[in-house]
Amino acid sequence: MKPFAYLRAASVAEAVRESAARPGARFLGGGTNLVDLMKLGVESPGLLIDVSRLPLDRVTDTADGGLRIGATVRNSDLAAHPAVRTRYPALSQALLAGASGQLRNTATTGGNLLQRTRCPYFQDTSKPCNKREPGSGCPAREGAHRDLAVIGHSTECVATHPSDMAVALAALDAVVLLYGPDGERTVAVTEFHRLPGDDPSADTVIRPDEMITEVVLPPLPEGTVSLYRKARDRASFAFALASVAAVLRVREGRIEHAALAFGGLAHRPWRARTAEEALRGAPAGDAVYLSAVDAELAAARPLRDNAFKVTLARHLAVDALAALTTRA
Amino acid sequence: MEPTSRGRSGEGEGRAAGDRSTLTLNINGTDHTLTLDHRTTVLDTLRLHLGLTGAKKGCDHGQCGACTVLVDGRRANSCLLLAVAQDGARITTVEGLAADDRLHPLQEAFLERDALQCGYCTPGQICSGIGVLGEAQDGFPSHATAPTAPVTGPVALDAAEIRERMSGNLCRCGAYPRIVEAIGDVAS
Ligand SMILES: Cc1cc2nc3c(=O)[nH]c(=O)nc-3n(C[C@H](O)[C@H](O)[C@H](O)COP(=O)(O)OP(=O)(O)OC[C@H]3O[C@@H](n4cnc5c(N)ncnc54)[C@H](O)[C@@H]3O)c2cc1C
Ligand code: SF4
Ligand code: FES
Ligand code: FES
Repeated sequence: MKPFAYLRAASVAEAVRESAARPGARFLGGGTNLVDLMKLGVESPGLLIDVSRLPLDRVTDTADGGLRIGATVRNSDLAAHPAVRTRYPALSQALLAGASGQLRNTATTGGNLLQRTRCPYFQDTSKPCNKREPGSGCPAREGAHRDLAVIGHSTECVATHPSDMAVALAALDAVVLLYGPDGERTVAVTEFHRLPGDDPSADTVIRPDEMITEVVLPPLPEGTVSLYRKARDRASFAFALASVAAVLRVREGRIEHAALAFGGLAHRPWRARTAEEALRGAPAGDAVYLSAVDAELAAARPLRDNAFKVTLARHLAVDALAALTTRA
Repeated sequence: MEPTSRGRSGEGEGRAAGDRSTLTLNINGTDHTLTLDHRTTVLDTLRLHLGLTGAKKGCDHGQCGACTVLVDGRRANSCLLLAVAQDGARITTVEGLAADDRLHPLQEAFLERDALQCGYCTPGQICSGIGVLGEAQDGFPSHATAPTAPVTGPVALDAAEIRERMSGNLCRCGAYPRIVEAIGDVAS
Protein backbone atom coordinates (compact mmCIF):
# COMPACT_ATOMS: atom_id res chain seq x y z
CA MET A 1 0.00 0.00 0.00
CA LYS A 2 1.24 3.52 -0.82
CA PRO A 3 1.50 6.05 2.05
CA PHE A 4 -1.34 8.55 2.27
CA ALA A 5 -2.51 11.55 4.26
CA TYR A 6 -5.69 11.39 6.33
CA LEU A 7 -8.32 13.95 7.21
CA ARG A 8 -11.41 13.47 9.34
CA ALA A 9 -13.82 15.87 7.63
CA ALA A 10 -15.72 18.27 9.89
CA SER A 11 -18.42 19.04 7.33
CA VAL A 12 -19.65 18.05 3.88
CA ALA A 13 -18.42 21.39 2.54
CA GLU A 14 -14.95 20.78 3.93
CA ALA A 15 -14.83 17.24 2.56
CA VAL A 16 -15.71 18.43 -0.95
CA ARG A 17 -13.36 21.42 -0.77
CA GLU A 18 -10.39 19.31 0.36
CA SER A 19 -11.15 16.72 -2.31
CA ALA A 20 -11.20 19.37 -5.03
CA ALA A 21 -7.88 20.75 -3.75
CA ARG A 22 -6.16 17.36 -3.87
CA PRO A 23 -6.28 15.25 -7.04
CA GLY A 24 -6.15 11.59 -6.08
CA ALA A 25 -8.08 12.06 -2.84
CA ARG A 26 -10.77 9.53 -1.91
CA PHE A 27 -13.68 9.72 0.51
CA LEU A 28 -13.58 7.06 3.21
CA GLY A 29 -16.86 5.56 4.41
CA GLY A 30 -16.67 2.31 6.33
CA GLY A 31 -13.62 1.38 4.23
CA THR A 32 -14.75 -2.22 3.71
CA ASN A 33 -14.26 -1.89 -0.04
CA LEU A 34 -11.78 0.98 -0.33
CA VAL A 35 -9.27 -0.35 2.22
CA ASP A 36 -9.51 -3.78 0.60
CA LEU A 37 -8.76 -2.27 -2.84
CA MET A 38 -5.87 -0.24 -1.38
CA LYS A 39 -4.35 -3.46 -0.03
CA LEU A 40 -4.69 -4.98 -3.49
CA GLY A 41 -3.07 -1.93 -5.11
CA VAL A 42 -6.18 -1.24 -7.18
CA GLU A 43 -6.66 2.08 -5.35
CA SER A 44 -3.76 4.25 -4.20
CA PRO A 45 -5.14 7.58 -2.97
CA GLY A 46 -2.76 10.26 -1.72
CA LEU A 47 -5.35 11.51 0.76
CA LEU A 48 -8.24 9.82 2.53
CA ILE A 49 -11.02 12.18 3.53
CA ASP A 50 -12.94 10.36 6.23
CA VAL A 51 -16.63 11.19 5.86
CA SER A 52 -17.85 8.34 8.06
CA ARG A 53 -18.28 10.56 11.17
CA LEU A 54 -20.22 13.33 9.46
CA PRO A 55 -23.67 13.87 10.96
CA LEU A 56 -25.33 12.09 8.02
CA ASP A 57 -26.19 9.07 10.15
CA ARG A 58 -29.94 9.51 10.47
CA VAL A 59 -33.02 7.98 8.87
CA THR A 60 -35.94 10.44 8.91
CA ASP A 61 -39.45 10.69 7.48
CA THR A 62 -40.02 13.10 4.61
CA ALA A 63 -43.07 15.38 4.60
CA ASP A 64 -44.76 13.32 1.86
CA GLY A 65 -44.39 9.99 3.67
CA GLY A 66 -41.10 8.88 2.16
CA LEU A 67 -37.81 8.26 3.91
CA ARG A 68 -34.52 10.16 3.94
CA ILE A 69 -31.40 8.07 4.56
CA GLY A 70 -28.09 9.72 5.47
CA ALA A 71 -24.99 8.62 3.55
CA THR A 72 -23.20 7.38 6.67
CA VAL A 73 -26.06 5.28 8.05
CA ARG A 74 -24.55 1.83 8.53
CA ASN A 75 -26.03 -1.03 6.51
CA SER A 76 -27.06 -2.95 9.66
CA ASP A 77 -28.83 0.09 11.14
CA LEU A 78 -30.69 0.76 7.91
CA ALA A 79 -31.81 -2.87 7.61
CA ALA A 80 -33.08 -2.79 11.21
CA HIS A 81 -34.89 0.54 11.00
CA PRO A 82 -38.59 -0.05 11.80
CA ALA A 83 -39.77 2.26 8.99
CA VAL A 84 -37.61 0.39 6.47
CA ARG A 85 -38.77 -3.00 7.73
CA THR A 86 -42.45 -2.10 7.60
CA ARG A 87 -42.64 0.20 4.57
CA TYR A 88 -39.73 -0.94 2.39
CA PRO A 89 -39.11 -4.60 3.29
CA ALA A 90 -37.29 -5.22 -0.02
CA LEU A 91 -34.59 -2.79 1.11
CA SER A 92 -34.18 -4.37 4.54
CA GLN A 93 -34.05 -7.84 2.99
CA ALA A 94 -31.53 -6.81 0.34
CA LEU A 95 -29.19 -5.36 2.95
CA LEU A 96 -29.51 -8.46 5.13
CA ALA A 97 -28.78 -10.70 2.13
CA GLY A 98 -25.46 -8.92 1.60
CA ALA A 99 -22.03 -9.41 3.17
CA SER A 100 -21.76 -10.44 6.87
CA GLY A 101 -22.90 -9.03 10.20
CA GLN A 102 -19.46 -7.54 10.82
CA LEU A 103 -19.28 -5.90 7.39
CA ARG A 104 -22.83 -4.52 7.57
CA ASN A 105 -22.01 -2.91 10.93
CA THR A 106 -19.18 -1.01 9.23
CA ALA A 107 -20.45 -0.38 5.68
CA THR A 108 -22.25 2.89 4.90
CA THR A 109 -25.09 3.73 2.50
CA GLY A 110 -22.84 5.92 0.33
CA GLY A 111 -20.01 3.39 0.23
CA ASN A 112 -22.37 0.53 -0.59
CA LEU A 113 -23.68 2.37 -3.68
CA LEU A 114 -20.12 3.09 -4.82
CA GLN A 115 -18.54 -0.31 -4.15
CA ARG A 116 -16.57 -1.61 -7.13
CA THR A 117 -17.09 -4.79 -9.13
CA ARG A 118 -15.85 -8.14 -7.81
CA CYS A 119 -14.56 -9.12 -11.28
CA PRO A 120 -11.40 -11.13 -10.47
CA TYR A 121 -9.32 -9.34 -13.14
CA PHE A 122 -10.30 -5.92 -11.85
CA GLN A 123 -8.97 -6.94 -8.42
CA ASP A 124 -5.67 -8.32 -9.77
CA THR A 125 -3.26 -5.59 -10.84
CA SER A 126 -1.06 -8.13 -12.69
CA LYS A 127 -3.88 -8.60 -15.24
CA PRO A 128 -5.22 -6.31 -17.96
CA CYS A 129 -8.62 -4.74 -17.29
CA ASN A 130 -10.36 -1.94 -19.20
CA LYS A 131 -12.07 -0.73 -16.06
CA ARG A 132 -8.86 -0.39 -14.07
CA GLU A 133 -6.60 0.52 -17.00
CA PRO A 134 -8.58 1.80 -19.97
CA GLY A 135 -7.46 0.23 -23.24
CA SER A 136 -5.62 -2.72 -21.65
CA GLY A 137 -8.29 -5.28 -22.61
CA CYS A 138 -10.93 -7.41 -20.97
CA PRO A 139 -9.69 -10.91 -20.09
CA ALA A 140 -13.05 -11.76 -18.48
CA ARG A 141 -14.84 -11.96 -21.81
CA GLU A 142 -13.01 -15.17 -22.73
CA GLY A 143 -11.87 -16.03 -19.20
CA ALA A 144 -13.49 -16.43 -15.76
CA HIS A 145 -16.86 -14.78 -16.35
CA ARG A 146 -19.20 -17.28 -14.77
CA ASP A 147 -20.26 -14.69 -12.16
CA LEU A 148 -20.34 -11.72 -14.55
CA ALA A 149 -22.87 -9.96 -16.77
CA VAL A 150 -25.51 -11.48 -19.03
CA ILE A 151 -27.23 -8.28 -20.12
CA GLY A 152 -26.23 -4.72 -21.01
CA HIS A 153 -22.51 -5.56 -21.26
CA SER A 154 -20.11 -4.38 -23.96
CA THR A 155 -17.07 -5.76 -25.75
CA GLU A 156 -15.03 -3.56 -23.42
CA CYS A 157 -16.38 -4.87 -20.09
CA VAL A 158 -18.67 -7.62 -18.78
CA ALA A 159 -18.51 -6.72 -15.08
CA THR A 160 -21.50 -6.71 -12.72
CA HIS A 161 -22.30 -4.28 -9.95
CA PRO A 162 -22.18 -6.29 -6.72
CA SER A 163 -24.49 -4.31 -4.44
CA ASP A 164 -27.69 -5.93 -3.17
CA MET A 165 -28.90 -2.70 -1.57
CA ALA A 166 -28.72 -0.77 -4.85
CA VAL A 167 -31.04 -3.30 -6.52
CA ALA A 168 -33.77 -2.70 -3.95
CA LEU A 169 -33.25 1.08 -4.16
CA ALA A 170 -33.61 0.90 -7.96
CA ALA A 171 -36.92 -0.97 -7.73
CA LEU A 172 -38.17 1.46 -5.07
CA ASP A 173 -37.40 4.52 -7.26
CA ALA A 174 -34.97 6.00 -4.75
CA VAL A 175 -33.03 9.17 -5.52
CA VAL A 176 -29.38 9.92 -4.67
CA LEU A 177 -28.49 13.39 -3.34
CA LEU A 178 -25.04 14.57 -4.37
CA TYR A 179 -23.04 17.54 -3.17
CA GLY A 180 -20.05 18.77 -5.14
CA PRO A 181 -18.03 21.87 -6.01
CA ASP A 182 -20.97 23.07 -8.14
CA GLY A 183 -23.52 22.56 -5.39
CA GLU A 184 -26.27 20.01 -4.94
CA ARG A 185 -28.01 17.78 -7.48
CA THR A 186 -30.17 14.68 -7.47
CA VAL A 187 -29.95 11.54 -9.61
CA ALA A 188 -32.38 8.62 -9.67
CA VAL A 189 -30.70 5.40 -8.47
CA THR A 190 -31.71 3.82 -11.79
CA GLU A 191 -29.65 6.49 -13.59
CA PHE A 192 -26.80 6.57 -11.08
CA HIS A 193 -24.95 3.44 -12.19
CA ARG A 194 -23.89 3.30 -15.85
CA LEU A 195 -23.65 0.62 -18.49
CA PRO A 196 -20.02 0.00 -19.51
CA GLY A 197 -20.29 0.95 -23.20
CA ASP A 198 -16.90 1.98 -24.54
CA ASP A 199 -15.81 3.51 -21.20
CA PRO A 200 -16.07 1.02 -18.37
CA SER A 201 -13.74 3.06 -16.12
CA ALA A 202 -16.71 4.93 -14.64
CA ASP A 203 -19.19 2.80 -12.68
CA THR A 204 -21.56 5.69 -12.01
CA VAL A 205 -22.34 9.24 -13.10
CA ILE A 206 -20.83 10.74 -9.94
CA ARG A 207 -18.47 13.62 -10.77
CA PRO A 208 -15.00 14.21 -9.38
CA ASP A 209 -15.09 15.55 -5.81
CA GLU A 210 -18.82 14.91 -5.51
CA MET A 211 -20.10 13.28 -2.33
CA ILE A 212 -23.22 11.26 -1.72
CA THR A 213 -25.03 12.97 1.15
CA GLU A 214 -28.41 11.21 1.21
CA VAL A 215 -30.66 8.70 -0.46
CA VAL A 216 -34.38 9.51 -0.55
CA LEU A 217 -37.14 6.93 -0.87
CA PRO A 218 -40.47 8.14 -2.26
CA PRO A 219 -43.68 7.17 -0.45
CA LEU A 220 -45.40 3.97 -1.59
CA PRO A 221 -49.19 4.03 -2.06
CA GLU A 222 -51.29 2.00 0.37
CA GLY A 223 -51.32 -1.71 -0.47
CA THR A 224 -47.87 -1.83 -2.10
CA VAL A 225 -45.80 -4.86 -1.13
CA SER A 226 -42.14 -5.61 -1.85
CA LEU A 227 -39.48 -8.23 -1.35
CA TYR A 228 -35.92 -9.21 -2.30
CA ARG A 229 -34.75 -12.64 -3.41
CA LYS A 230 -31.13 -13.66 -3.99
CA ALA A 231 -29.50 -16.80 -5.41
CA ARG A 232 -25.88 -17.46 -4.45
CA ASP A 233 -23.31 -20.25 -4.32
CA ARG A 234 -23.67 -20.75 -0.57
CA ALA A 235 -26.59 -20.09 1.74
CA SER A 236 -25.09 -16.96 3.27
CA PHE A 237 -22.16 -14.51 2.90
CA ALA A 238 -21.78 -14.67 -0.88
CA PHE A 239 -22.41 -12.20 -3.67
CA ALA A 240 -25.48 -12.64 -5.85
CA LEU A 241 -25.38 -14.88 -8.90
CA ALA A 242 -28.76 -13.37 -9.60
CA SER A 243 -31.20 -11.45 -7.42
CA VAL A 244 -34.45 -9.59 -7.77
CA ALA A 245 -36.23 -6.80 -5.97
CA ALA A 246 -39.94 -6.78 -6.69
CA VAL A 247 -42.56 -4.16 -5.83
CA LEU A 248 -46.22 -4.88 -6.52
CA ARG A 249 -49.67 -3.42 -6.02
CA VAL A 250 -52.69 -5.44 -7.11
CA ARG A 251 -56.29 -4.28 -6.95
CA GLU A 252 -59.22 -6.57 -7.71
CA GLY A 253 -56.92 -9.02 -9.44
CA ARG A 254 -55.33 -6.38 -11.71
CA ILE A 255 -51.74 -5.16 -11.45
CA GLU A 256 -51.79 -1.46 -10.62
CA HIS A 257 -48.06 -1.07 -10.13
CA ALA A 258 -45.13 -3.41 -10.68
CA ALA A 259 -41.43 -2.60 -10.38
CA LEU A 260 -38.72 -5.20 -10.91
CA ALA A 261 -34.97 -4.82 -10.65
CA PHE A 262 -32.38 -7.55 -11.15
CA GLY A 263 -29.02 -7.79 -9.38
CA GLY A 264 -25.99 -9.82 -10.43
CA LEU A 265 -26.87 -9.59 -14.11
CA ALA A 266 -25.44 -6.29 -15.28
CA HIS A 267 -23.08 -3.37 -14.76
CA ARG A 268 -25.91 -1.68 -12.91
CA PRO A 269 -29.06 -2.74 -11.09
CA TRP A 270 -31.17 -3.86 -14.05
CA ARG A 271 -34.57 -2.20 -13.88
CA ALA A 272 -36.91 -4.40 -15.93
CA ARG A 273 -38.93 -1.72 -17.79
CA THR A 274 -40.08 -4.10 -20.53
CA ALA A 275 -41.48 -6.54 -17.99
CA GLU A 276 -43.10 -3.73 -16.03
CA GLU A 277 -44.79 -2.46 -19.18
CA ALA A 278 -46.24 -5.92 -19.82
CA LEU A 279 -47.43 -6.24 -16.22
CA ARG A 280 -49.15 -2.89 -15.83
CA GLY A 281 -52.93 -3.38 -15.98
CA ALA A 282 -52.66 -7.10 -16.65
CA PRO A 283 -54.39 -9.71 -14.48
CA ALA A 284 -52.13 -10.93 -11.67
CA GLY A 285 -51.04 -14.52 -12.22
CA ASP A 286 -48.13 -16.82 -13.00
CA ALA A 287 -48.67 -16.98 -16.78
CA VAL A 288 -48.60 -13.18 -17.04
CA TYR A 289 -45.51 -13.02 -14.80
CA LEU A 290 -43.67 -15.60 -16.84
CA SER A 291 -44.29 -13.94 -20.18
CA ALA A 292 -43.43 -10.48 -18.81
CA VAL A 293 -40.15 -11.69 -17.31
CA ASP A 294 -39.30 -13.60 -20.50
CA ALA A 295 -39.92 -10.48 -22.57
CA GLU A 296 -37.37 -8.68 -20.40
CA LEU A 297 -34.77 -11.42 -20.43
CA ALA A 298 -35.03 -11.85 -24.20
CA ALA A 299 -32.43 -9.05 -24.30
CA ALA A 300 -29.93 -11.18 -22.36
CA ARG A 301 -26.69 -12.11 -24.18
CA PRO A 302 -25.05 -14.61 -21.86
CA LEU A 303 -21.37 -15.42 -22.20
CA ARG A 304 -19.89 -18.92 -22.59
CA ASP A 305 -20.22 -19.90 -18.92
CA ASN A 306 -23.05 -17.87 -17.43
CA ALA A 307 -26.30 -18.67 -19.28
CA PHE A 308 -27.53 -20.35 -16.07
CA LYS A 309 -27.90 -16.89 -14.54
CA VAL A 310 -30.69 -16.04 -16.97
CA THR A 311 -32.64 -19.10 -15.85
CA LEU A 312 -31.98 -18.27 -12.20
CA ALA A 313 -33.18 -14.71 -12.66
CA ARG A 314 -36.31 -15.88 -14.46
CA HIS A 315 -37.31 -18.22 -11.63
CA LEU A 316 -36.45 -15.69 -8.93
CA ALA A 317 -38.58 -12.99 -10.54
CA VAL A 318 -41.61 -15.16 -11.21
CA ASP A 319 -41.46 -16.64 -7.71
CA ALA A 320 -41.09 -13.19 -6.17
CA LEU A 321 -44.12 -11.83 -8.01
CA ALA A 322 -46.16 -14.91 -7.12
CA ALA A 323 -45.19 -14.60 -3.44
CA LEU A 324 -46.14 -10.92 -3.43
CA THR A 325 -49.49 -11.66 -5.05
CA THR A 326 -50.55 -13.79 -2.09
CA ARG A 327 -49.83 -10.80 0.18
CA ALA A 328 -51.17 -8.00 -2.01
CA MET B 1 -19.71 11.58 17.43
CA GLU B 2 -18.20 15.08 17.49
CA PRO B 3 -16.80 16.10 14.12
CA THR B 4 -13.21 16.78 15.04
CA SER B 5 -10.00 16.29 13.12
CA ARG B 6 -7.50 15.22 15.67
CA GLY B 7 -4.14 13.67 15.48
CA ARG B 8 -2.62 14.71 12.20
CA SER B 9 1.07 15.16 11.92
CA GLY B 10 3.02 17.17 9.36
CA GLU B 11 2.79 20.88 8.78
CA GLY B 12 2.61 23.48 6.06
CA GLU B 13 0.32 21.66 3.61
CA GLY B 14 -3.02 22.67 5.04
CA ARG B 15 -5.26 20.50 7.15
CA ALA B 16 -4.15 17.12 5.86
CA ALA B 17 -0.52 16.32 5.35
CA GLY B 18 1.95 13.71 6.47
CA ASP B 19 1.46 9.98 6.44
CA ARG B 20 1.47 9.38 10.20
CA SER B 21 -0.85 10.44 13.00
CA THR B 22 -0.94 10.31 16.76
CA LEU B 23 -4.17 8.75 17.93
CA THR B 24 -5.75 7.18 20.98
CA LEU B 25 -7.52 3.84 21.06
CA ASN B 26 -9.16 2.55 24.21
CA ILE B 27 -8.38 -1.14 24.15
CA ASN B 28 -9.96 -3.44 26.71
CA GLY B 29 -10.44 -0.47 29.06
CA THR B 30 -7.00 1.10 28.72
CA ASP B 31 -6.15 4.15 26.61
CA HIS B 32 -3.23 3.65 24.24
CA THR B 33 -1.80 6.72 22.52
CA LEU B 34 0.21 5.70 19.49
CA THR B 35 1.86 7.35 16.52
CA LEU B 36 1.11 5.18 13.53
CA ASP B 37 1.55 5.13 9.78
CA HIS B 38 -1.91 5.71 8.27
CA ARG B 39 -1.72 2.34 6.51
CA THR B 40 -1.84 0.50 9.83
CA THR B 41 -5.05 -1.45 10.38
CA VAL B 42 -6.59 -1.98 13.81
CA LEU B 43 -5.65 -5.66 13.46
CA ASP B 44 -1.96 -4.86 12.89
CA THR B 45 -2.04 -2.29 15.69
CA LEU B 46 -3.28 -4.93 18.10
CA ARG B 47 -0.95 -7.69 16.98
CA LEU B 48 2.24 -5.83 16.04
CA HIS B 49 2.20 -2.71 18.20
CA LEU B 50 0.41 -3.86 21.35
CA GLY B 51 1.28 -7.56 21.48
CA LEU B 52 -2.41 -8.52 21.60
CA THR B 53 -2.33 -11.56 19.32
CA GLY B 54 -5.80 -12.88 20.14
CA ALA B 55 -7.41 -11.39 17.04
CA LYS B 56 -6.08 -13.43 14.11
CA LYS B 57 -5.20 -12.61 10.53
CA GLY B 58 -6.81 -15.17 8.27
CA CYS B 59 -7.45 -13.47 4.95
CA ASP B 60 -6.81 -9.74 5.62
CA HIS B 61 -9.74 -8.96 3.27
CA GLY B 62 -12.94 -9.19 5.34
CA GLN B 63 -13.70 -12.69 4.13
CA CYS B 64 -13.02 -14.95 7.14
CA GLY B 65 -13.89 -13.14 10.39
CA ALA B 66 -10.78 -14.33 12.29
CA CYS B 67 -9.94 -10.68 13.07
CA THR B 68 -13.36 -9.83 14.54
CA VAL B 69 -13.29 -7.42 17.49
CA LEU B 70 -15.93 -5.22 19.12
CA VAL B 71 -15.70 -1.51 18.25
CA ASP B 72 -17.84 0.68 20.49
CA GLY B 73 -19.75 -2.51 21.31
CA ARG B 74 -20.36 -3.65 17.73
CA ARG B 75 -18.50 -6.43 15.94
CA ALA B 76 -16.29 -5.49 13.01
CA ASN B 77 -13.49 -6.95 10.88
CA SER B 78 -10.39 -5.26 12.30
CA CYS B 79 -8.38 -6.09 9.15
CA LEU B 80 -10.42 -3.55 7.17
CA LEU B 81 -10.40 -0.78 9.80
CA LEU B 82 -7.66 1.83 9.57
CA ALA B 83 -6.45 2.67 13.07
CA VAL B 84 -6.37 6.40 12.28
CA ALA B 85 -10.06 6.31 11.37
CA GLN B 86 -10.84 4.73 14.75
CA ASP B 87 -9.14 7.47 16.81
CA GLY B 88 -11.20 7.75 20.00
CA ALA B 89 -12.89 4.35 19.64
CA ARG B 90 -13.37 1.77 22.39
CA ILE B 91 -12.17 -1.63 21.21
CA THR B 92 -12.68 -4.97 22.93
CA THR B 93 -10.65 -8.00 21.91
CA VAL B 94 -10.84 -11.58 23.12
CA GLU B 95 -8.20 -10.67 25.73
CA GLY B 96 -10.63 -8.18 27.29
CA LEU B 97 -13.68 -10.40 27.71
CA ALA B 98 -12.90 -12.04 31.05
CA ALA B 99 -13.77 -10.04 34.16
CA ASP B 100 -11.89 -10.55 37.43
CA ASP B 101 -10.38 -13.81 36.16
CA ARG B 102 -13.87 -15.09 35.32
CA LEU B 103 -14.31 -16.03 31.69
CA HIS B 104 -17.14 -14.49 29.69
CA PRO B 105 -20.14 -16.86 29.59
CA LEU B 106 -19.58 -17.42 25.86
CA GLN B 107 -15.95 -18.38 26.48
CA GLU B 108 -17.21 -20.85 29.10
CA ALA B 109 -19.75 -22.20 26.65
CA PHE B 110 -17.07 -22.74 23.97
CA LEU B 111 -15.06 -24.79 26.49
CA GLU B 112 -18.14 -26.66 27.70
CA ARG B 113 -19.22 -27.54 24.14
CA ASP B 114 -15.66 -28.13 22.89
CA ALA B 115 -16.51 -25.68 20.11
CA LEU B 116 -13.06 -25.66 18.50
CA GLN B 117 -10.37 -27.83 17.07
CA CYS B 118 -7.20 -25.88 16.15
CA GLY B 119 -8.57 -22.71 17.77
CA TYR B 120 -7.35 -20.29 15.10
CA CYS B 121 -10.82 -18.94 14.33
CA THR B 122 -11.96 -19.03 17.96
CA PRO B 123 -11.19 -15.48 19.16
CA GLY B 124 -13.05 -14.13 16.13
CA GLN B 125 -15.92 -16.57 16.63
CA ILE B 126 -16.29 -15.57 20.28
CA CYS B 127 -16.16 -11.80 19.62
CA SER B 128 -18.59 -12.25 16.75
CA GLY B 129 -20.86 -14.41 18.92
CA ILE B 130 -20.94 -11.72 21.60
CA GLY B 131 -21.86 -9.24 18.87
CA VAL B 132 -24.67 -11.56 17.74
CA LEU B 133 -26.07 -11.85 21.27
CA GLY B 134 -26.15 -8.05 21.61
CA GLU B 135 -27.64 -7.49 18.16
CA ALA B 136 -30.44 -10.00 18.76
CA GLN B 137 -31.16 -8.43 22.13
CA ASP B 138 -31.32 -5.00 20.47
CA GLY B 139 -33.81 -6.27 17.87
CA PHE B 140 -31.53 -6.34 14.81
CA PRO B 141 -33.04 -8.69 12.22
CA SER B 142 -31.10 -11.13 10.03
CA HIS B 143 -31.74 -12.81 6.70
CA ALA B 144 -33.21 -15.70 8.73
CA THR B 145 -35.72 -13.47 10.54
CA ALA B 146 -39.28 -13.82 9.19
CA PRO B 147 -40.34 -10.66 7.33
CA THR B 148 -43.53 -10.81 9.39
CA ALA B 149 -41.66 -10.73 12.73
CA PRO B 150 -42.27 -7.69 14.98
CA VAL B 151 -39.95 -4.84 14.04
CA THR B 152 -39.01 -3.97 17.60
CA GLY B 153 -38.01 -6.08 20.58
CA PRO B 154 -35.44 -8.87 20.94
CA VAL B 155 -35.08 -11.62 18.33
CA ALA B 156 -35.06 -15.23 19.59
CA LEU B 157 -31.85 -16.97 18.49
CA ASP B 158 -32.67 -20.43 17.14
CA ALA B 159 -30.06 -22.46 15.26
CA ALA B 160 -31.04 -21.01 11.88
CA GLU B 161 -30.66 -17.47 13.21
CA ILE B 162 -27.28 -18.24 14.76
CA ARG B 163 -25.96 -19.89 11.59
CA GLU B 164 -27.04 -16.97 9.43
CA ARG B 165 -25.70 -14.34 11.82
CA MET B 166 -22.36 -16.15 12.20
CA SER B 167 -21.81 -16.64 8.45
CA GLY B 168 -19.03 -14.04 8.42
CA ASN B 169 -16.85 -16.34 10.57
CA LEU B 170 -15.28 -19.26 8.75
CA CYS B 171 -13.83 -22.32 10.51
CA ARG B 172 -11.45 -24.48 8.49
CA CYS B 173 -11.82 -27.25 11.08
CA GLY B 174 -15.59 -27.29 10.63
CA ALA B 175 -16.46 -26.81 14.30
CA TYR B 176 -19.68 -25.10 13.22
CA PRO B 177 -22.23 -27.41 14.93
CA ARG B 178 -20.61 -26.92 18.34
CA ILE B 179 -20.17 -23.19 17.81
CA VAL B 180 -23.89 -22.88 17.09
CA GLU B 181 -24.66 -24.89 20.24
CA ALA B 182 -22.34 -22.78 22.41
CA ILE B 183 -23.96 -19.53 21.27
CA GLY B 184 -27.39 -21.11 21.68
CA ASP B 185 -26.54 -22.05 25.28
CA VAL B 186 -25.75 -18.44 26.17
CA ALA B 187 -28.70 -17.04 24.21
CA SER B 188 -31.25 -19.12 26.10
C1 LIG C 1 -16.03 -10.38 2.03
C2 LIG C 1 -17.05 -9.40 1.54
C3 LIG C 1 -18.30 -9.83 1.14
C4 LIG C 1 -19.26 -8.92 0.69
N1 LIG C 1 -20.49 -9.38 0.29
C5 LIG C 1 -21.40 -8.49 -0.19
C6 LIG C 1 -22.67 -8.92 -0.66
O1 LIG C 1 -23.00 -10.11 -0.63
N2 LIG C 1 -23.53 -7.98 -1.13
C7 LIG C 1 -23.22 -6.65 -1.16
O2 LIG C 1 -24.04 -5.86 -1.59
N3 LIG C 1 -22.02 -6.22 -0.74
C8 LIG C 1 -21.12 -7.11 -0.26
N4 LIG C 1 -19.89 -6.66 0.16
C9 LIG C 1 -19.52 -5.27 -0.11
C10 LIG C 1 -19.92 -4.30 0.97
O3 LIG C 1 -21.33 -4.16 0.96
C11 LIG C 1 -19.24 -2.98 0.64
O4 LIG C 1 -17.86 -3.15 0.85
C12 LIG C 1 -19.74 -1.84 1.50
O5 LIG C 1 -21.12 -1.64 1.34
C13 LIG C 1 -19.01 -0.56 1.16
O6 LIG C 1 -19.37 0.45 2.07
P1 LIG C 1 -18.24 1.25 2.87
O7 LIG C 1 -18.91 2.33 3.64
O8 LIG C 1 -17.37 0.34 3.64
O9 LIG C 1 -17.47 1.88 1.62
P2 LIG C 1 -15.97 2.36 1.46
O10 LIG C 1 -15.08 1.19 1.28
O11 LIG C 1 -15.62 3.33 2.53
O12 LIG C 1 -16.10 3.17 0.09
C14 LIG C 1 -16.43 2.57 -1.14
C15 LIG C 1 -16.31 3.66 -2.23
O13 LIG C 1 -17.26 4.68 -2.01
C16 LIG C 1 -16.64 5.95 -1.84
N5 LIG C 1 -17.44 6.65 -0.83
C17 LIG C 1 -17.76 6.21 0.42
N6 LIG C 1 -18.66 7.04 0.99
C18 LIG C 1 -18.90 8.02 0.09
C19 LIG C 1 -19.76 9.17 0.08
N7 LIG C 1 -20.58 9.48 1.10
N8 LIG C 1 -19.76 9.97 -1.02
C20 LIG C 1 -18.97 9.67 -2.08
N9 LIG C 1 -18.14 8.61 -2.12
C21 LIG C 1 -18.13 7.79 -1.06
C22 LIG C 1 -15.22 5.64 -1.46
O14 LIG C 1 -14.34 6.68 -1.86
C23 LIG C 1 -14.96 4.36 -2.23
O15 LIG C 1 -14.62 4.65 -3.56
C24 LIG C 1 -18.94 -7.56 0.64
C25 LIG C 1 -17.69 -7.10 1.07
C26 LIG C 1 -16.74 -8.01 1.50
C27 LIG C 1 -15.41 -7.50 1.95
S1 SF4 D 1 -15.16 -7.41 -17.08
FE1 SF4 D 1 -14.68 -5.23 -16.79
S2 SF4 D 1 -13.77 -5.26 -14.75
FE2 SF4 D 1 -13.62 -7.38 -15.50
S3 SF4 D 1 -11.67 -7.56 -16.63
FE3 SF4 D 1 -13.20 -6.97 -18.12
S4 SF4 D 1 -12.99 -4.73 -18.15
FE4 SF4 D 1 -12.07 -5.39 -16.24
S1 FES E 1 -8.53 -11.42 8.62
FE1 FES E 1 -10.15 -9.98 8.73
S2 FES E 1 -11.78 -11.06 7.86
FE2 FES E 1 -10.12 -12.42 7.51
S1 FES F 1 -11.16 -24.41 15.09
FE1 FES F 1 -9.69 -24.52 13.50
S2 FES F 1 -10.36 -22.95 12.18
FE2 FES F 1 -11.98 -23.07 13.58
